[in-house]
Parts: sequence; C-alpha cells; structure tokens
Amino acid sequence: MELSTVSSNLLYAAFIIYLVATFFFGGTIRDKNRKKTGVAGKIGITLTIVGFLTQVGYFITRWLASGHAPVSNLFEFTTFFGMMLVLAFIVMYFIYRINVLGLFALPIALLIIAFASMFPSEISPLVPSLQSHWLYIHVTTASLGQAVLSVSFVAGLIFLIRQIDQGEKSKHTFWLEFVIYMLATALAFIIISSSFNAMNYQVTFEAPIQEQPTEITYQMPAIAGPTDGELITEGMSPLFEVPQWMRGQDAAIKFNTMIWSFLGGIVLYWLARLILRKRIGAAVQPLLKKANPELVDEISYRAVAIGFPIFTLGALIFAMIWAQQAWDRFWGWDPKEVWALITFFFYAAYLHLRLSRGWQGMKSAWLAVGGFAIIMFNLLAVNLIISGLHSYA
Amino acid sequence: MKEKTVQKKKKRLVFRTILLAVMAGLVVFALVSNFNSDKAVVAEGEPAPDFQLEKFGSDGETIALSDLEGKGVMLNFWATYCEPCKKEMPYMEKLYSEYKKKGVEILAINLDSTNLVVEQFLDRYGISFPILQDENGQVMNRYNVGPIPSTFFISPEGKVVKHVVGPLTLEKLDGYLQQITPEA
Amino acid sequence: MNNITCECGHVNPEGTVLCESCGKPIQGNQHIDGNDSQTLLNMRYDGSARRSQTYNRTFVDKIWNFFSSVKVGVWLIVLTLVASAVGTIFPQEMYIPPNVDAATHYEDQYGLAGQIYYQLGFHNLFSSWWYMLLLAMIGISIVIASIDRFVPLYKTLRTQKPKRHDLFLKKQRVFGKTESSSVDIDQVRKNLKKSRYKVKEQDGHILAEKNRFARWGPYVNHIGLIIFLLGTLLRFIPALYVDDFVWVREGETAVINGTEGQYYIKNKEFILETYDEDDERFQEALQNQGGLVPKTYQTNAVVYKRTDPVVVGGDPELEKIKEDQIKVNHPLKFGGFALYQASYQLNEFKEMTFKIHDKNNEDSSYGQFTVDLSEPKSEYQLDSGYRVVLDSYYPEYELKDGKPVSVSKYPKNPAFVFNVYPPGQSEPEVSFVGIGANVDATGENDYKIGLINFDVRDVTGLTVRKDYTLPFIALGGAIFMIGVIQGMYWNHRRIWIKPKENGVWIAGHTNKNWFALRREIDKVISETGIEAPNDQQEMKN
Repeated sequence: MELSTVSSNLLYAAFIIYLVATFFFGGTIRDKNRKKTGVAGKIGITLTIVGFLTQVGYFITRWLASGHAPVSNLFEFTTFFGMMLVLAFIVMYFIYRINVLGLFALPIALLIIAFASMFPSEISPLVPSLQSHWLYIHVTTASLGQAVLSVSFVAGLIFLIRQIDQGEKSKHTFWLEFVIYMLATALAFIIISSSFNAMNYQVTFEAPIQEQPTEITYQMPAIAGPTDGELITEGMSPLFEVPQWMRGQDAAIKFNTMIWSFLGGIVLYWLARLILRKRIGAAVQPLLKKANPELVDEISYRAVAIGFPIFTLGALIFAMIWAQQAWDRFWGWDPKEVWALITFFFYAAYLHLRLSRGWQGMKSAWLAVGGFAIIMFNLLAVNLIISGLHSYA
Repeated sequence: MKEKTVQKKKKRLVFRTILLAVMAGLVVFALVSNFNSDKAVVAEGEPAPDFQLEKFGSDGETIALSDLEGKGVMLNFWATYCEPCKKEMPYMEKLYSEYKKKGVEILAINLDSTNLVVEQFLDRYGISFPILQDENGQVMNRYNVGPIPSTFFISPEGKVVKHVVGPLTLEKLDGYLQQITPEA
Repeated sequence: MNNITCECGHVNPEGTVLCESCGKPIQGNQHIDGNDSQTLLNMRYDGSARRSQTYNRTFVDKIWNFFSSVKVGVWLIVLTLVASAVGTIFPQEMYIPPNVDAATHYEDQYGLAGQIYYQLGFHNLFSSWWYMLLLAMIGISIVIASIDRFVPLYKTLRTQKPKRHDLFLKKQRVFGKTESSSVDIDQVRKNLKKSRYKVKEQDGHILAEKNRFARWGPYVNHIGLIIFLLGTLLRFIPALYVDDFVWVREGETAVINGTEGQYYIKNKEFILETYDEDDERFQEALQNQGGLVPKTYQTNAVVYKRTDPVVVGGDPELEKIKEDQIKVNHPLKFGGFALYQASYQLNEFKEMTFKIHDKNNEDSSYGQFTVDLSEPKSEYQLDSGYRVVLDSYYPEYELKDGKPVSVSKYPKNPAFVFNVYPPGQSEPEVSFVGIGANVDATGENDYKIGLINFDVRDVTGLTVRKDYTLPFIALGGAIFMIGVIQGMYWNHRRIWIKPKENGVWIAGHTNKNWFALRREIDKVISETGIEAPNDQQEMKN
C-alpha cells in the first residue's frame, strides 16, 4: 500500500476511535462517584490516547510521503489543530481527571477534523516561501497554543451550560443557544458537503469575472448563483444572484456554501429542539450536575494560563522570526498576522480582567467563548474570506 | 516628620512629571517621524532637495539645482514610454523661450535607460530645454516620484511651490510658471 | 502623609489595605479593594498601598492615575483590538496592486463600503496617527501601572511576617480551624519542606511560601514589551534602518542601493525552478491547481566592497567579499546588510541578431548585425556595404491606436523600425520588426530583415535591508516570554499556620490555581492531625 493511502487510513481510524471514546466519556455521566474515575472514563481516556497516537501515525506517514511537515495547507493545518486539541485535552485530563471535559472536547475535535476533510486533501508541493524549518516550528507551536486556548472554551462551555439559569429566557440563554447553533452549522456544513460530494453533484455556470467569461463550478445546488451567471450544465437554477460586489472566482461559491450551512444549521438545531421540547442548553444541563463549577472554571482559566505563552511564542515570536527571514520584515500587518495579534490582545485582556478585576465564573467563561470565536475566525475566515500572504496556507 | 512628608511628596511629583514627560516626548517623536515618513513626496512649501545631473548629449556637462538659485525652476520627470508626458512636452517647449527670458528654467529629468530612444524622441519633438539623465533613478527616489509625469515648480528661493502628478494643460502650465517667475 | 500604625506595631504607608506585617485589615481603607462588601479579603497586590489609589492632587497625578488603572489599560487593549480588526476588512494600501490609484481601486473593488473605508483613512490604518497613539498609550499604561503595583507589592511581600492577625486568616479563601491538642507541627514542617516550601517561623506561627518569583512575571513581561516597543521606535532613526531595492541583470554588476556606494553585487545567474508535473507525490495537486507551481527563486550572487573612495563617476575598484546563493528564506548577509530574493523579471532581451535577406528567399543573406538592447546604436554598417539605420526602438512594444508605442523601458518585447540602405542608394527601405511581427511599410520592399538569433537574460530583484533595531526587538521578545512563563507556569503559594490555645488555624492563598493549592495542603497536613480547610468560595449551584 502506498504511504499516502496508509496515512489517510490512519486519519480515518483516529476519527473513528475518537468517536468511540466520546461515547465512553458519555457513559461516565452516570457514574455515581464524583471523585474516582470509573471504568467508562478509563476506557475513554485510553481510547483517546490510542486515537491520538493513530493520528500521530497519520502525521508521520504523511510527512514521509510528501517530504515536508503536513501543516502547509488548510486541510493539513486544520487536521493538525484537531490533533493538538486532543493532545491539550489529554494533558488537562491528567492534571484534573475530569471526564466531562472529554465529552465536550472530543466532539469539538471531531468536528474540526471532519471540517478539515472538506478542504482539498491531496499532497501539495511547497512554494519557496514555505520552504523553511520555521514552517513546522511556527505552525506547530501556534497550533498547539490555539488548541490549549480552545480547551478553555470547552471548559467555559461546560461551565455555561452547567451554571446558566434555564428557568427563564435571558441574554445568557440566548447566546448559549447561539453558540450551540453555530456548532450545529459547522456540523451541517460537513453533512451537506459530504452528501453532495458523495452524489458527485456538480453544476457549472459561466459568468464574467473581471470582464472575462469564466466557468464556475458549484459542488452543491446553487441557491445563490454568480452575478450575471448563465447555467451551462444540467441542474437547479439559482433562486437569486449574489450581489455585484462579491467578486472573485470563488466568492459566489463560498457565499452559496454559507447559505447552505446556515440553513442546515437551522434545520438541525430546530429538529433537536423539537425532539427535546426545550432549549438545548436546558436539556443538557441536568447531565452536568456532577461537574464542579469551581473546578471547571479553574480548568478554563488554567488552559489560558498554559496556552497564552505557547500561543505568543508560536503565533507571534516564531512568526516574526520566520517573517524576517522569508519576507525581509518581521511584521507586515497582513490579515493573518493582525488576527494573531487580535487573539493575543484578547487573551491579554482576559488575563487582566481576571487577575486584576476579578472576572471569574460566568464572565470569564463568556470570554473563553469569545476567544475561541476569534481563533476559529483566524483559522478559517481569514483564509477563506480575507486572504493575505497566508492565502496558500 | 512633617518636613519629610513634604519632601517625599515633592520627590514623587518630580519623578512622575519626568517620567510622563519622557514618555510624552517618545510618543511625539514616534508620531512626528511617522508623519514625515508618510509624506511620500517632497512637500509643497518645503525646500527642494539639491541634485546634480548630467545634461543629455553634452559629454559630461552637469547641471545642479543650486546653480539656478534666484531663478524659478520647473522640474519635470518624464520618460519616452509615458504617453501623457508626450502630450505636455510641446506645451513646455512653447512656453520655454518666453519664460527663460523672465528667469525661469525648465529641467526635464528623463527616466529612460537607453540613450537612443531619448535621442529619437528629442529629434522628433524638437525639444530645446535641457534634458537631464537620471539613469539610476537617484533624483527620482529623492523626490519620491511615483507615477509620471510628475512636475515640481520651484520658486527662486528654492522652495517647492507646487507639485503636480499627471499631465498639465497649457493654461495650467502657464499659471504655475507665472507663480515661480522672479520679480523683475 | 498619614502613616498608619497597626496594632502589631508596624507602620504602614497611607492607603494600605492590609497591614504589611500581620495582614490585619486597616480600618477605613477596606473600600479600596472592595473588601467591605465581601466576606473574603481581596488579596490582589496583597492589600498593599498602590500609589494611584492614594495620591490624586495635582494635574500630573491625575494623568498618572488615569494610566495606572487596569480598567483603562483593558479599554485601550479592547479599542486597539477592534481597530485592528477593522484594518483587515479590506486590504491595506500596501497590499493592493502597485501602480493603481488607491482612491479608485477601493471604490471599484468594494463599492460604496470601499469608498467610505478609503475616505476614513482605514486603508492605512496601521500607520495612522491614532492607531500609533493607541499603541503608545498601551505602552504608557504598562509602564505606570507596573511601577504603581510592583513597588508596594514588593515591599509588602518583603515585610510580611509569619505572625498574622486572626481576621486575615479567617477571611482567606482557604481556611480551617482544628481543635485538637495532638497537632504534630514537626510533621507539618517536614511535609512543607518535602513540597519545597520555604518555612519561616515567629513565636510558633508558621509562614510557608513558595514561588514568590512568579509574582514578578507580569512586571518582567511588561519590561519586555516596553523594550520591544522602544525597539520599534528606533526604526525611525535613519542610521539604524535601511530599506531599499536593487534590480540586477544576469551578468551585470550593480551598485547596491542604500549602501552609499560602498557595496556592489554581481548577478551570476537567476534560477526559477518549478515543480515537475510528473512528480508522483504532487501530481494530483499540481493538476488541480492547473499551472506551474514555483519551487525555487534563486540568485547566484557575488558581493563586492568598493576599496577606493566613493567619487561620482569613474570606475570603482572592487574587492570580492562574499559569494552565495540568495533564495527565499535564505538571505545573503554582509556588513550589517541582508539581501532578500524579492522579485524577478524573466527573459529580458539582451541582444538580437538580424540578417538582411531577399524578401522571397530566406536563405539568401546580405550580411548580419547585432543590436545590444541595453545600448542600441543609431546606425549599423554591414561588411557587405549595406547600412541599417535604427529609426525607432520600442523596448516593450504595444500597438496603441494603430501606432507602435513602448509601455516601459524594459526590453521585454522589443520592436524596431529599420531603414535599410542598400550600397550606393540614398533612399531607404523601411521595415518594422518585432517578435513575431515583420511588416513591410510600403509593401514594395525588396529586402527583408529577419531575426536569426537572440539572447535573453533574467533580472533579479533584491530587497536591501539593514536593521540594527532587531537586537532590541529580539531582546524585548525574549524578556516578554520569560516574564509570561514565569508568571503563568509557576504559582505563588502561601500557607499560614497559627497556633491557638486548643489547636491551630490554617489558611492558604495562591494567586491562581486553587485546585492545586488545596491538593498540596492536603499533602501538607497528612498525618499531622490538622483538619482539611474549607474553600470558602465554593460557587453556588
């Protein structure tokens, strides 16, 4: 078997193992004893480690196959981020021994890895500016930092679900539902993309791009077609055209995918809500009765305390060293850099608010959610929407 | 005790004042430097930087801006491959002799890299004002010239009176030249 | 100054919240840290007298206190964060294509929003005065807030005594009373030492402390940030920073801009490699990207230093100082300068050789001549007696409104108008010759000028950079990292044990990571007879 095939099989296996581990962590909910880890938890963490090692296997084999560290495009980077999230979870687990963290961290890692596989996954060559040891030094450290910071979000989310008063509608319940809806949207994107992929759905338009007639191929039915586009293959004709200012070859495709995802998210969310007959947060809350909010709050904070220095080192300092070498300036205000700086500012504000102004518990948990939103924005939106020098990555 | 307290207070005030002043100074330094580096071109109202360039087709005769003190100077950056430059050249030629008598010199700084094209151009257009060669683009850099044509009108006192990017019409050219004509 | 004498005898400076020595809450100052409304003590800065909270008399004090506030600092951070995000909505001016007018570019590309963005100056947001002012204010805030907190905190932690006031212990988050006569203090001491605590004793009162240095982490990292910011300021000093650019053609030696004529560079060869489309590893990706993917940009360069005094004109005497390959990610360094592979031009024409032949017979020849495109001559005299006058030369030829023009000075697509004078004739034949174009002006020519050979060369574009501010930037970054790690990966922990008539009181404090502190206290009190203290701040369900 070819190395690259071995590699993708290992990734697939890791995904399945994480999924199974999640169910075992789910099984710990019913554990009576709060202090001791039950059998389910032990199996859960063991499987997680096995899954992690499997994914490390994917990483190494892919490295061998391509000749460079597989962190050079969106698929590879996002997958790696998922792997680092699992690693960060494992580390936190052994510090605090709390099963419920796994029940939330693993699904988020799964979501991220599945999300990654929606991007083109073939092995691509390195352009000259990426040919440097700093590629993996910078990317791995930055990614690990972001992953540890994401554990803060996971703990924050647990805290919010556990602590928000579900007795009445409030700003808190609304925004918690919103966070859950966003997760549903990510899930919907994965389901919809892979379904249409499996069906091999394609529809092509011809539309003017910079005054050149260009063929634009959608991988899902076009709800929003390109401006002045003409359908040239069989398929559903679009319900409307994207506004004029959405230029660029892929702008219309991306916008269409977004519409699909948000609609899909709405369907998933309301389906769940109809089945449960209450807010999702309210439905999950009783499962978390055993979680100690003090401890969860501390985990959320500790993750920031551990992740912030790693993130700064990887995403700012190593980034500057590399940029100085590759682009003759250590800082150039390109969007990816700016968003790394924004992440830095955000967590700096978090730490000051927590240490000097006593923002703990609820406030701190909401900040953790905000931080994760920024990290995700930097990971995906900056690459897909606002592209800068990092657009190949 | 009382005296000590007063002294301590005083010391504190002095310390705070000095530190704040130093930091304010640094901020001002940063803002001013940044403002100056932002100014992409030699600004109007400021002295025009001096330079010395070889006159085209002259076997080493050079002209320096400082040689022309007391005269108004029109500095025009151009190249043969620049279409709008070609348009304003005849206007300059037309007004040149008139203003030369009044004490205004026109210097056209050429940015081409081969002599031949310039020679051919000058022959074709019958240009009589001096053409200077800035092959390394040093003067262009010093004046931070971006798109051409780019024209500086320099007063007899050596100050930039007006900077125009893009081609000039005959009337505008006439007007600006009048502005830099020395008083008789 | 109204110093406050505590009942333990210690004299505290004005504004102290908790006695520096025994920790007793000082009456009348509890509002400063909000202790009056809480059951637990606010232990931030250990209740030391932060100056900003006390003196507020003159104008200078008011400014000082403004910047000393953490609240102000956080607001500055948040404002900078939002401003930075705004700066990424549309590309900054430095990232739009060169040679386009910014005003029209933003409107064309992004419509009304783009126009507004441009008019508000957001296209140069990061070099705007107000953005720099925000960063500068963060810097000022860092300096003042750190001084205001570090000094009193340092003093307090130095003067603290093991003997603590009852109220201080009672109001700690981790606190417990043990009523028993069989407390084994020796075992406590042993346990504390085992957990690497520094133990201080005073009349049987115990203060166990570890990792106090972690408290200095924030101040260390702030020093790092200040050095970093000062380093970026140094860039404005011209002697410390050079940013220039040089184009060098293959085979040519050029003076390196920005070095004041001191250094020259020879471009021996420029190499552009692309990935092999048959490479099995990348085949799929290369096909999907539908084009050539570059693999290497490289200039084989030699750097020379000028040995004679720099005089305008005259040939320089050069001494070779370095020969190396310049690649992306691999700059060439010499004498404080670095050359970066930044740009290139492929296939500029260097020489073109033509021959005159019969219009209808390409094999005939009436002699040939070579045009050097960096210095074309106006006339070429051929051995065969033919004379060719170069009437017009267009380095980068284009047809505009039916007329040939050149759009640049670079010989990328050269074209010529040749006047051919056969021997003895005074009337020329006019031909227009370019790449893939050969036009007979009158249609009645007997001769034709054919291109028989040409030489192309590449041009490399290198950034010239001298940056003596880098050591400061690096130092700042390093100190920042040390400070952050020091503050984040270690925790300052203290355990107080106070002997009582019947048993002991125990209290613990840490600046963070309470879970670990409680585990550690559990270890410390094991087999000593002390009961596990409570966390008085358990959250309500």
